[in-house]
Amino acid sequence: MVNNFLLSLLTFSPLLAILIIAFIPKTQGGAIKQVGILGTLLPLVLSLMLFGRFDYQQGGMQFVEDVPWISIPVTLMQDGSLFSITIDYEMGVDGISMPLILLTAIIGTLAAVASWNIKKRLKEFFILFHVLLLGMFGVFATQNLFLFFIFFELTLIPMYFLVGIWGYGERERAANSFLVYNGLGSAVMLLAFIAIFFLAGNVLGTPTMNIAELTAGFTQPESLLNLAQNEGLRVGLFVALLIAFGIKLPIFPFHTWMLKVHVQAPPSIVMIHSGILLKMGAYGLLRLGIGFFPSVAADWAMWLAILGLINILYGAVLAFVQKDLKMVLAYSSISHMGIVLLGFAAMNSIGFQGAYFQVISHGFISALMFFLIGVIWERTNSSTISELGGLAKPMPFISGIFLAAAMASLGLPGMSGFISEFLAFLGLFNAMPWLAAIGTLGIILTAVYLLRAVLATTFGPTQERFHSVSDAQPLEVIPMVVLLGFIILLGIYPAILSDPLQATLKTIIINVTGIGG
Amino acid sequence: MNTTIFSYDWSYLLPEFTVLGFATLVSLLDLFLGKRISKTALAWIALLGVVLAGVFVVGNMQALTEPIQYMNDMMRVDDYGNAFKLLFLTGVAFTILISMGYMQQGEVKDTGEYYYLILSGLLGAMVMASSADLITLFVGLELLSLSSYILVGLRKKSLNSNEAAFKYVVSGSLATAFTLFGMSYVYGLTGTTNLYQITERLAEAYSTGFGFMVLLSFVFLIAGLAFKISAAPNHMWAPDVYQGAPTPIASFLTVVSKAAGFALILRVLFTAYRGVMDQQMQASVFEELLWFISIIAAISMIIGNTMAMRQTNIKRMMAYSGIAQAGYLLVPFAAISQFFFQQTVFYLFAYLLASFGAFAIIMVVTQDQKTEDLKAFAGLYHRAPLTAVAMTIFMLSLAGLPVSAGFFGKFFIIWSSILHANYWLAGIMIGTSIISYYYYFGVIRQMYMRTGDTEAKLRLPIGVGVVVLVCSLGTLVFGAVPDWGIQFIQAQLDPNFTFADMFTPGK
Repeated sequence: MVNNFLLSLLTFSPLLAILIIAFIPKTQGGAIKQVGILGTLLPLVLSLMLFGRFDYQQGGMQFVEDVPWISIPVTLMQDGSLFSITIDYEMGVDGISMPLILLTAIIGTLAAVASWNIKKRLKEFFILFHVLLLGMFGVFATQNLFLFFIFFELTLIPMYFLVGIWGYGERERAANSFLVYNGLGSAVMLLAFIAIFFLAGNVLGTPTMNIAELTAGFTQPESLLNLAQNEGLRVGLFVALLIAFGIKLPIFPFHTWMLKVHVQAPPSIVMIHSGILLKMGAYGLLRLGIGFFPSVAADWAMWLAILGLINILYGAVLAFVQKDLKMVLAYSSISHMGIVLLGFAAMNSIGFQGAYFQVISHGFISALMFFLIGVIWERTNSSTISELGGLAKPMPFISGIFLAAAMASLGLPGMSGFISEFLAFLGLFNAMPWLAAIGTLGIILTAVYLLRAVLATTFGPTQERFHSVSDAQPLEVIPMVVLLGFIILLGIYPAILSDPLQATLKTIIINVTGIGG
Repeated sequence: MNTTIFSYDWSYLLPEFTVLGFATLVSLLDLFLGKRISKTALAWIALLGVVLAGVFVVGNMQALTEPIQYMNDMMRVDDYGNAFKLLFLTGVAFTILISMGYMQQGEVKDTGEYYYLILSGLLGAMVMASSADLITLFVGLELLSLSSYILVGLRKKSLNSNEAAFKYVVSGSLATAFTLFGMSYVYGLTGTTNLYQITERLAEAYSTGFGFMVLLSFVFLIAGLAFKISAAPNHMWAPDVYQGAPTPIASFLTVVSKAAGFALILRVLFTAYRGVMDQQMQASVFEELLWFISIIAAISMIIGNTMAMRQTNIKRMMAYSGIAQAGYLLVPFAAISQFFFQQTVFYLFAYLLASFGAFAIIMVVTQDQKTEDLKAFAGLYHRAPLTAVAMTIFMLSLAGLPVSAGFFGKFFIIWSSILHANYWLAGIMIGTSIISYYYYFGVIRQMYMRTGDTEAKLRLPIGVGVVVLVCSLGTLVFGAVPDWGIQFIQAQLDPNFTFADMFTPGK
């Protein structure tokens, strides 16, 4: 029974916290914090329910909801009645989106805990935080392009404020840069969606915005869209989606906004940004870009791989020369997102799995990393590598976790980073061995820049002023342990993620390769 | 042929008579009672007139089964006009409500003039929406223009206001001259002022060697009428006039006057030039003419949005934003769809809500801070959190971000542009919308991220508060359920109403 509206319940559950916080007076900061953090437990519980009730065997959509929402009169029929197009409120999850919802809920809760040290304007902070959460759940839970767009935009506005008000020194420039780049991405996306909608009218007979219907209709070999003369149309739409989601991911020339946000936003928001928001780009690319136009994606695999390589190498090389810990990790994120692109480029089951694992794994790892940077900043007021050093002595626990996170990030076996990189490269070796060989260089560079950054901050002589800083507080230990726990869990028991994924990925693979099985 | 003036059923013109009656009443009260009648009493009387007229319009909409015409279409009551009238009346009601707060400041001494001129301007706008005869339409246009000229200059002691009124009169007269010049060509070619007869004869004129004259008349008409909707190339007046005019009047100009301009343009151009065909090419010249409008739309969007970025005066910024919005509204002209009328009215309505809300807040804030600089908004969030949130909603709606009525307004327009393969215009619309984020968020930045010189609480006067509340709720509700808006427009229209109805003469 609950299954009928579980997704909507989950998506809009942050509203409860918003409502309660709205009625707490501004002066009671403690109460606001408590509600802000406890409020994230509701979506967490609901998403665990979703995880528990999810049917692994089924490849299609589950927990489907469908209610008519907007009708737009288009033309007048002969008999005088008005022909309208309806946009439905449609929700549903499959093996690709369900784990991302769970990831969002987990990181959302931990980021709320990490927001404990936010000092100013708590009320607004937590309200916006929960709006952001709502938007992210919506993006992953919806089955309708139009709703997808609305939720996507809904994450834009709170992020603008969260970066612009609670960030560090250059926060406003970072917020503006974020707004302009993502606004551009959304605009391209909207144009592509409307074009897809009308295309569906021609190809399927009825215009629709339902993602599953579109995927099914567009990938029929006999559909109009796949005629030779429509090549340009297919490529155009695919490229539009690639740009729209490439900005979010981010793909190389569109990455500057992301660096600014990573450096300027408060740590808890960077956890969400790096952990989930960037993943919306990967999700959109897989579900819509490759999902709708598998044949184009297969033709463009080479270019995807090259873009991925550029991301990997560019990110890794620049991460090596950064002086600021945050910049190292920001470039590291670019590098790691390159691996996602490589996995997609492989266009086979293993590669897709690798890319998807990388999405989830990097979500956990980068959230942990940025949480740690926030913790270190709290104590030292610095994230410049040369100013830190020898932190292992005053804070052994934090340093230990930091090292573990770095190990996970560079792909140590037994941790989630290894599985994802291994699978992605394995997949690509089957398809394009040379590019994969060049790509593995990136792994070596990752080890170099991460170890440089971690060792320079934790080892060596301890500076005078850091002698008295304390190690992790209980409230800080929770996110660290939980995140590290998930990283190791994925590393030693990957089936927990690959099982729900299998059935869904299979359908995409069939479309890409054009053969059954 | 024995129809006399008494054989018409005049009851359908009750809205116009009501507005006329109340304008007269207010002017007489002002004349005879002078200082003995309070400023607010005049405002309430004017408001009562507007509400009453609104009730009659709704009544007309319910009663109307087919268009009613008076004296060979000199006046014409149809769904098209009624929809616009409702829009004007809502706008003027908001203007009066805001004005009550504005009057307390005492910059405008002539309260009586102020209110009856608003009403006479409203009457002009209503006439512009309900006639199919060039002469009546022109009279309506002039009535609105002349009232606006005076209203702009009512801050008699202010240099800005005087300058604004002067500029408005001069450039307005120029535009009127253009319009009249275009009309005279039309009359010369057709020998009639009735739009439906013009439709036939203009097509005839085109095919009998007067093609150039027909095109010339179109260009003159559209250039002149672009003034009223503040679209390029006749947009230069807007920033100066908005800056100088009393703030409620600026909001009146930005919504009511602009909507009236649209009502007129739609009616005239689409009726008169629709039938013009090129016999040799077997192609509709009308569609070629619409190309001309799409260029105007593109230029307005680009100029409005790029110039708005550089403004530091909030009213000037809103003026450029209004130019851009006029551009957006002209986009659907390039490709007329069946849904054209609904989407234009919906957009105008969304624009009305956001603009009036924004101007109401601008008025209070600029009065309080004694400056119209953007910095007046600094730290507004700390002084009046709810007001700042409302202003944010209006800015998001103007920028076209979800969840707001403005988003759907834009979405519908972009939607049908793409449907009609009008990609370049949709592209410009989206591109310039992103540019507009910059300055709309500039206001938001001031409110939330800057600190002002004062932390004193800011209270909205009651009338302003009502406007802000209604506008922000409306923006949100139509942003979540745009269907209600569209269905409402649809339900008010005759079930058999099609856009083409406008072109067919009444009985």
